[in-house]
Amino acid sequence: MPKRILIVEDEANIMESLAFLLRRDGFEVSTMPDGARAMGEAERVSPDLMILDVMLPNLSGFDVLRDLRAHDGLSATPVMMLTAKGQTRDRDQAEQLGADLFMTKPFSNAAIIAEARRLTGLDP
Amino acid sequence: MPSWNTIVITCLLYVTLLFCIAFWAEQRAKRGQFGWIRSPWVYTLSLSVYCTTWTYYGAVGSAARSGMEFVTIYLGPTLTFLGWWLILRKLVRISREQRITSVADLLSSRYGKSTSIGVVVTLIAVLASTPYIALQLQSLSLSFTLFSDVGTRPAQTAFWIASGLAAFTILFGTRHVDANEQHYGVVTAIAVEAVVKLVALTSVGLFVVFGIADGPADIFARLPDPELLSADVFGPRWVTLLFLSATAVICLPRMFQVAVVENVDERHLATASWAFPFYVFLMSLFVMPIAIMGMTGLPADANPDIYVLTVPLGAGNGGLALLAFLGGFSAATSMVIVAAIALSTMVSNHIIMPLWLRSTRHTTAASGDVRGMLLLSRRASIIGVLALGYIYFRVTGGSTSLASIGLISFLGAAQLFPSIIGALYWRGATRTGAITAVILGFGVWAYALFIPSFDGTFLLSPEVIANGPWGVELLRPQGLFGSEFEDPLVHATLWSMAVNVSALVVVSLLSRPGALEQLQAKLFVDVFTGTADRPGMALRRTAKSEDLFELAQRILGRETAWRMFTQTARAQGKASGLPDPSSDLTQRLERALAGAIGAASAHAMVSQIGGHGTVSVSELMRMADETAQIIEYSNRIEEKSRELEETASQLRHANAQLHEIAEQKDAFLSQVSHELRTPMTSVRSFAEILRDGDDLEPDQARRFVSIIHEESQRLTRLLDEILDVSVLENGQAQIVQVPVSLNATIEQALAATEPLMRRAGVQLIHAPGQDITVSADRDRLAQVLINVLSNAVKYGQGSPPAIIVQVKKTEHRVTITIADNGPGIAPEDQEKVFEKFTRLGHQTLAGSAGLGLPISREIMRNLDGDLTLSPKGPGASFQISLNAHEDVAAAQ
Repeated sequence: MPKRILIVEDEANIMESLAFLLRRDGFEVSTMPDGARAMGEAERVSPDLMILDVMLPNLSGFDVLRDLRAHDGLSATPVMMLTAKGQTRDRDQAEQLGADLFMTKPFSNAAIIAEARRLTGLDP
Repeated sequence: MPSWNTIVITCLLYVTLLFCIAFWAEQRAKRGQFGWIRSPWVYTLSLSVYCTTWTYYGAVGSAARSGMEFVTIYLGPTLTFLGWWLILRKLVRISREQRITSVADLLSSRYGKSTSIGVVVTLIAVLASTPYIALQLQSLSLSFTLFSDVGTRPAQTAFWIASGLAAFTILFGTRHVDANEQHYGVVTAIAVEAVVKLVALTSVGLFVVFGIADGPADIFARLPDPELLSADVFGPRWVTLLFLSATAVICLPRMFQVAVVENVDERHLATASWAFPFYVFLMSLFVMPIAIMGMTGLPADANPDIYVLTVPLGAGNGGLALLAFLGGFSAATSMVIVAAIALSTMVSNHIIMPLWLRSTRHTTAASGDVRGMLLLSRRASIIGVLALGYIYFRVTGGSTSLASIGLISFLGAAQLFPSIIGALYWRGATRTGAITAVILGFGVWAYALFIPSFDGTFLLSPEVIANGPWGVELLRPQGLFGSEFEDPLVHATLWSMAVNVSALVVVSLLSRPGALEQLQAKLFVDVFTGTADRPGMALRRTAKSEDLFELAQRILGRETAWRMFTQTARAQGKASGLPDPSSDLTQRLERALAGAIGAASAHAMVSQIGGHGTVSVSELMRMADETAQIIEYSNRIEEKSRELEETASQLRHANAQLHEIAEQKDAFLSQVSHELRTPMTSVRSFAEILRDGDDLEPDQARRFVSIIHEESQRLTRLLDEILDVSVLENGQAQIVQVPVSLNATIEQALAATEPLMRRAGVQLIHAPGQDITVSADRDRLAQVLINVLSNAVKYGQGSPPAIIVQVKKTEHRVTITIADNGPGIAPEDQEKVFEKFTRLGHQTLAGSAGLGLPISREIMRNLDGDLTLSPKGPGASFQISLNAHEDVAAAQ
């Protein structure tokens, strides 16, 4: 059974590239461009990994992460955060909130695939 | 009736007693055992030299002739002493600080240590006092002859009296050269005489009221003429007499001597302020009863001026008459002694010393015994003053009544009053003004009162007094310029004071005071508030200490001089030898010398030794200039430091601003970086996909390439906008305002956004009206319109979407409204939309970096317009306002 990944990202082109890459690698991918509706989608999908952008419309990626960690059934979901800012402050906040990985844009496709495989337990 | 011998022996015994008292007081003072001789009571009693034979005998005479008028002579000094805080206190303080020796010295010192004013005032004081001294001789000889059964000649009696008084005065009045030092012996003797006066007059009064009559009621029942008790209190004569007697307490040389020079403690004034009026009140209490008894109980031809003696004699009480005689004797002698001391000091210090100084100009320090010379001149002056009084007595022959002679003297002395007041209160009063005032006032006094008092026997003939010189009515001595006064005294007082005061004010305002004069004026007027700096500080003198010591010991005596110099040396930190010739030394020396020989002479002497014939005014002025420069310099420094402080605060402010700007810049850069990273992410990711994927569908590959292309365009646009913002914000944008057709510009913007609108299905509501010419840069205005229009398309999204474009014109202003029918912008976000990198809603839809609105607002502000968001809903409504072009025809 393929691993499910939920991508929460509002930049359509970035979302398209991520979805293309991960699907090609055999993942089952869901997408969501809106922060406020991200939790609902997560509940529906129960992803094995969540790729979460920080700058989202309506609810920021940090807020989504906080909600996720407080959620009964989803709190253990691995989370990879993506940000264009890449400042230490953001990185610290993500770590504090329990993100498993913090990736800065622009990213290398190979790194994304490798980390996705590691976080979903496909690779050690 | 006491015999002639009894009288003479009593007098001699009395005088011997006074000698003993004076000697005893001197000895005690010398040993430093002052005790009660320095008490305020002795001071108060010594002030009673005011009550001379004129008040002792004359007041009764005056009461018999003019009724209650005599009271004014007592009320005047009462007023002055009750108001001691105003004038007397200041006079005493100044005299102490400046070591003033006489009223002439006071004016001389105040008006620039002037010799000339000292001479003028001395001459006036001597002239005005001579009749007064003569008056004492007259009343004394009058009282003596009353007891004489052997027909002694009054003139002979007067001569012996004058000689005796001169001897006493020389003995006790010239023991020290320092005239500023108190004469304890004389003052104590005078205090004793004051008690004798009071006891004698009161005894006669009590005898009259209770011995002859049956109490006060009985006395006043005997009043021969009820008119005598009436008083024209506010009439011209009363006011004049009040004024004259009030000023006399200050201006008369003998009063100045006891009240100011002999004052040992300022606080004594407080006691005297009530005690002296009380003494004067007691002296006046029995005047009327004695006068009434004299008028009713004695023959009609009896002289009212000696009622005090004749009433007890008439009642057969010889002992009481003897006591009354002693009282009169006390009144006369105390006045003559004090007047002689005061006048001799003035004559010696202001006339003889300056003359002597001038004659020995170049050899002052080296020749002659100044000390001996000083004592000699003072003793000679005493003899001279008494001789003048005696001569006056012989010339007038004792014809005039006692009271009128006294009043003539009072008005003469009152001529100094305006200059004294000016000295104390008006810094602008000058030497020239004071001299002119005193001379003119005195001239009027002499012409209108003094000379006519001889009744045509002296200088002016009866003809001139009656009709004026050369028959000129306007110059009549007792009716100047046609003024009519019943009373020559009131007439002379009004005219002399008017001339005196006007001359002082006008001439002072017209003349410039010298440097020394200005300094003295400040020291006098501001004596209570003044700082410690003394004019001496400003004088650099090049005197040698040896020369100064030589001078000091000549005048002050070796012992005093040595004490003063060693004290100064010790103060300078020297263990032995003479002190350095500092300005402090010369200043101390000058003040010490001023006490002996007056301010003007002391100044001249010290200046002479210092190598200056006279005071170098230019040097003084230079000193003053230097001080002024230092003050100005420190002012400038103060101002400079204020400026620096201001600059520092500006710098702090600028620094804070720079910090803020730097922070803004950091935030901006971080935002720019973020904005750039987003398209870069897509570009990189798809580029990698294309690079690594050989198995891509051709369609897929083409789509990915077109995304890369789209994102690279977005990057370019972003960079353009960032540049635009920075150029606009720095004010470097090339924006030219020219007349622009508004309709054409709107059409251009609508055409540019038409494809966008068509794709979104937006309905455009726009009805172009008459064209308006605006003042703008056409491309920039179009940019703003396109920006706002595309925002409306992107964020409007009503159903169905619609955009309204409206133009409104007021007088000089044009407003373009672009509104959509979408959800509008929340009130809290309405200002945010104009901030950089703010995007409300969906990023993809916005498709820009969030710089559009900030750029547009910046452009409009550069065009002297504005871009605002109307708070009215329902949709978002942007208003672009700008100036209409004034010349409408130009654009068409």
